[in-house]
Amino acid sequence: MNVPRELRYTKEHEWIRVEGGEAVVGVTDYAQGELGDVIFVELPAPGSKVTYMKPFGTIDAVKTVSDLFAPVTGEIVAVNGALKDDPALVNRSPYKDGWMVRIRLESADEVNALLSAEDYEKTLGAHA
Amino acid sequence: MLERIGVPRDEDLWASIPAEFRVQGPLPLPAPLAEYEIARRFEQWGERNADAGRYTCFLGGGIYDHFIPAALRSIVSRSEYATAYTPYQPEVAQGTLQVIFEYQSMIRELTGMEVANASLYDGATAAVEAAHFAAGATGRKRMLCSAGVHPHTREVLRTYASAGGFHLEEIALENGRTPVGPIAKAGTELAAVIWSQPNFEGVVEDGAALTKAAHDIGAYSLAGADPVALAVLRPPGHDGADVVFGEGQPLGVPMTYGGPLVGFFAIRKAQVRRLPGRLAGVTVDLDGKRGYVLTLQTREQHIRRERATSNICTNQGLMALANTVYLALLGAEGLKDVATQCLERAHYLADRVREIPGITLAHGDAPFFREFVIRLPAPAESFTRWAVDRKILAGIPLAKFDRSRPNDLLVAVTEKRSKEDLDRYVEALASWAKSHAKSPKEEAACPS
Repeated sequence: MNVPRELRYTKEHEWIRVEGGEAVVGVTDYAQGELGDVIFVELPAPGSKVTYMKPFGTIDAVKTVSDLFAPVTGEIVAVNGALKDDPALVNRSPYKDGWMVRIRLESADEVNALLSAEDYEKTLGAHA
Repeated sequence: MLERIGVPRDEDLWASIPAEFRVQGPLPLPAPLAEYEIARRFEQWGERNADAGRYTCFLGGGIYDHFIPAALRSIVSRSEYATAYTPYQPEVAQGTLQVIFEYQSMIRELTGMEVANASLYDGATAAVEAAHFAAGATGRKRMLCSAGVHPHTREVLRTYASAGGFHLEEIALENGRTPVGPIAKAGTELAAVIWSQPNFEGVVEDGAALTKAAHDIGAYSLAGADPVALAVLRPPGHDGADVVFGEGQPLGVPMTYGGPLVGFFAIRKAQVRRLPGRLAGVTVDLDGKRGYVLTLQTREQHIRRERATSNICTNQGLMALANTVYLALLGAEGLKDVATQCLERAHYLADRVREIPGITLAHGDAPFFREFVIRLPAPAESFTRWAVDRKILAGIPLAKFDRSRPNDLLVAVTEKRSKEDLDRYVEALASWAKSHAKSPKEEAACPS
């Protein structure tokens, strides 16, 4: 299972990559594997506000649906439009082409409080 | 059993009920009857009903006395269709799923929409689902509802609204139609406008104008519709309505004293993930053979739980089957023929009735389909009671819904009413009106 070292994580299986004052968010390789074939991703409109650990969208697999939780507080500046036509990008490329939203950060401190790759792997240990 | 539960005597079970409230001695029931005696007793009681088979029926108000071909009953009674519930398992339910798929396709075509669901409980709850859809999709709660929506449907909407998911403001009718003025003035925080085609008083609404007015302020247009009328009227879907819902009873479901009914619900494809209820889809299996399945189930509450658009996880299978068989038996031309006959016969009756001194059409020359309101010189209820003695179910007095309109009567005419039936109605009404005519002074004060 792929858990890139340079990313931060939530225990709800979102990853976040900070790029300046903004951050890109998606779900982890573990999450996509557990969900199975992703058939739809519902994302908020750019401009809307998201709040730390509150749901900002949903991800539908064939037989389940899951909330997407915001790893940080901020404003949505972009969503991955490619997921509309090809939601399986989340399965094929969870950390790259399957990204979901770009958030303008309200506070960088929030990111530092998130799980490191090692800590995230430890939470998975309980599942594995 | 008493011993097992540790109660010595059965009276001990009732000990908490004070003695004066308990029945003393044997229950006051009639003597036992044999099975055939019971059947006879019920038949006798049944004969006291005024049913549409032995009476000439001009009742409408959402439920209509259309002809149902004998083939329909025989097809829907086939054991292959007998199922207690919605078909979750495509491997054992291909026939039922295909019927649902065809039902959806027919409703989609009739309403002029892109996707229809597998049906809902009835037209009133379909309206509620439309309201929930609009509240969920817009994030707003305020809705305008035309007074032309069936009063019972409005009552059901208010019941659900009381739970806080949305709230309703009513638009009063003007000359029998829903005015667009209140919509234009409603501001930008409106979720939806709910209206009905034709409306409860039979009048054909300007659907294009209502939908445009709703869209102009960023609100959804939720259109109730009569499925038979849709064969001859422009479907709300063609004017851009966001939801078309309604009561499917006119399509091959008997009146049966008001139920069971069946609701239909159609939506835009872009909003399919907010569609309430079940949805059957067609696909191919591993061998490339066509197969039917329930699809997009992640919308539904058994997966999406409390965030689902709807709490309805089933459909009205038998009634939707009746709708499907009815539409298949009649075909598009047959349904158009039924609708045209309703239209022509209703207009024949209205034209004859308005010639009777003292009788007017409440909405004058407003366009109508198979139902219209006549204004009598005396309370409508006294006419309907009088007519029952002559084996005519003459219509629905609107006083049942609005006490300020004692003399208004809602009259429906289906293709089953022969010219003789219509002429007999005119004669009966003329004769009753003569004996209840107002004095010349009152007549002069009455607007013509």
